[in-house]
Amino acid sequence: MIPSAFDYAAPATVAEALDLLAAAGDDVKLLAGGQSLIPVMKLRLADPAMVIDLGRIGELSGVRDDGDALLIGAMTPHHQVATDSLIATHLPLLAKAAATVADPQVRHRGTFGGALVHADPAGDLPAPVLAADATFILAGPAGERRVGAADFFQGYFTTAVADGEILTHIRVPKYTGWGAHYEKFTRVAQQWSIVAVAAMVRVEGGTIAEARIGLTNMASTPVRATAVEQALAGAPMTRDAIAAASVHAAEGTDPASDLNGDAAYRRHLAEVLTRRAVIAAAGL
Amino acid sequence: MASSTTITVEVDDVSYTDDVEPRLLLVQYLRERLGKTGTLIGCDTTNCGACTVHLDGVSVKSCTMFAVQADGHRVTTIEGLAEDGKLAPLQQAFHECHALQCGYCTPGMIMQSASLLAENPHPSEQEIRDGLEGNLCRCTGYQNIVAAVRSVADGTVSSNAGEAETAGVA
Repeated sequence: MIPSAFDYAAPATVAEALDLLAAAGDDVKLLAGGQSLIPVMKLRLADPAMVIDLGRIGELSGVRDDGDALLIGAMTPHHQVATDSLIATHLPLLAKAAATVADPQVRHRGTFGGALVHADPAGDLPAPVLAADATFILAGPAGERRVGAADFFQGYFTTAVADGEILTHIRVPKYTGWGAHYEKFTRVAQQWSIVAVAAMVRVEGGTIAEARIGLTNMASTPVRATAVEQALAGAPMTRDAIAAASVHAAEGTDPASDLNGDAAYRRHLAEVLTRRAVIAAAGL
Repeated sequence: MASSTTITVEVDDVSYTDDVEPRLLLVQYLRERLGKTGTLIGCDTTNCGACTVHLDGVSVKSCTMFAVQADGHRVTTIEGLAEDGKLAPLQQAFHECHALQCGYCTPGMIMQSASLLAENPHPSEQEIRDGLEGNLCRCTGYQNIVAAVRSVADGTVSSNAGEAETAGVA
């Protein structure tokens, strides 16, 4: 399968990329790792007149310590997120979720920021980033703009990134010492999540002091399981207490029905997977 | 219409400079421009892994990358693994373990296995299976494929039987 012809530019800096983007008009796509965009272009579901390749912009790749947070470049590959030592120490949830994305080859090419901007409801990174309350840093013609994760994901494949803007970095607060787990349900290897649950817990003594839980593929955007978080706060760290809290997992969700399962089945999965994720995050 | 772009890519230790259309996929460049037909196109949808090559030493699916993205980079294909006419240990292991039936997935399997072993020289059986999750064998010959990778990780593949076999494979 061969994509439609397009003009190609590979700028070396964000400033140059913004200029190209401003000049390109409406019919333009930014190319990150290409692991979602290129298949879509090969199917000719997308046929942009111009493609701007961000792969030559060194400042967009890598993980940096930024005080109480980590600053992750949008072009950092999944494989690096899954294996980076700073992320392993301060944000193990991201490492665990990134390690489940697609397959090793795709994780070598696909990027953290690219997957977040793609905003597939079944993608594995939006829910952990939402649970962690990350901030998205966007560069645009008028300068830099910051958007919280709760406002970033707006619908199916739709984010707060406006025309003319580029996601440059994701600033994720550190959750050092928190237990974390990403529980993903698929029927076969290398499949998109049917449902998945991202869980982080802070344990004090025998009690769950705080919990943060994000759900993958339970709506057109990732959603926080706030009722479960509230039920877990202050709860004893026992399987029974976690199971009781997990009953609320599907509250406020709006899952789709498709060939992999109907909405009722997804609600059931959300409860089961939340229980498993929190138990694993708590180290029980 | 889109213009062509000049790229310089090192493929299997040889530097090539070519004008390519931006939409040319890396796998098409390798096969149709350079004649490196050892890299196969399977599903053409990022699923099967038959087109796996190394970009700067790590595995990628060459059906899901434009040739222009490889400009200035180093690509290794299955044709670049053997040295001095002698099969690489993984190639030898696939031969000894009979890790193929129809053989269509083999170049991709070997390239992904090489990337896996570079990142994790002593994987468990489960780690081998997870490491090959992006490579499909429709003959379902996974048992022997895993055994072949394992024999290289364990160092039990023979190291001197390669030369006589290369002629028939190359």
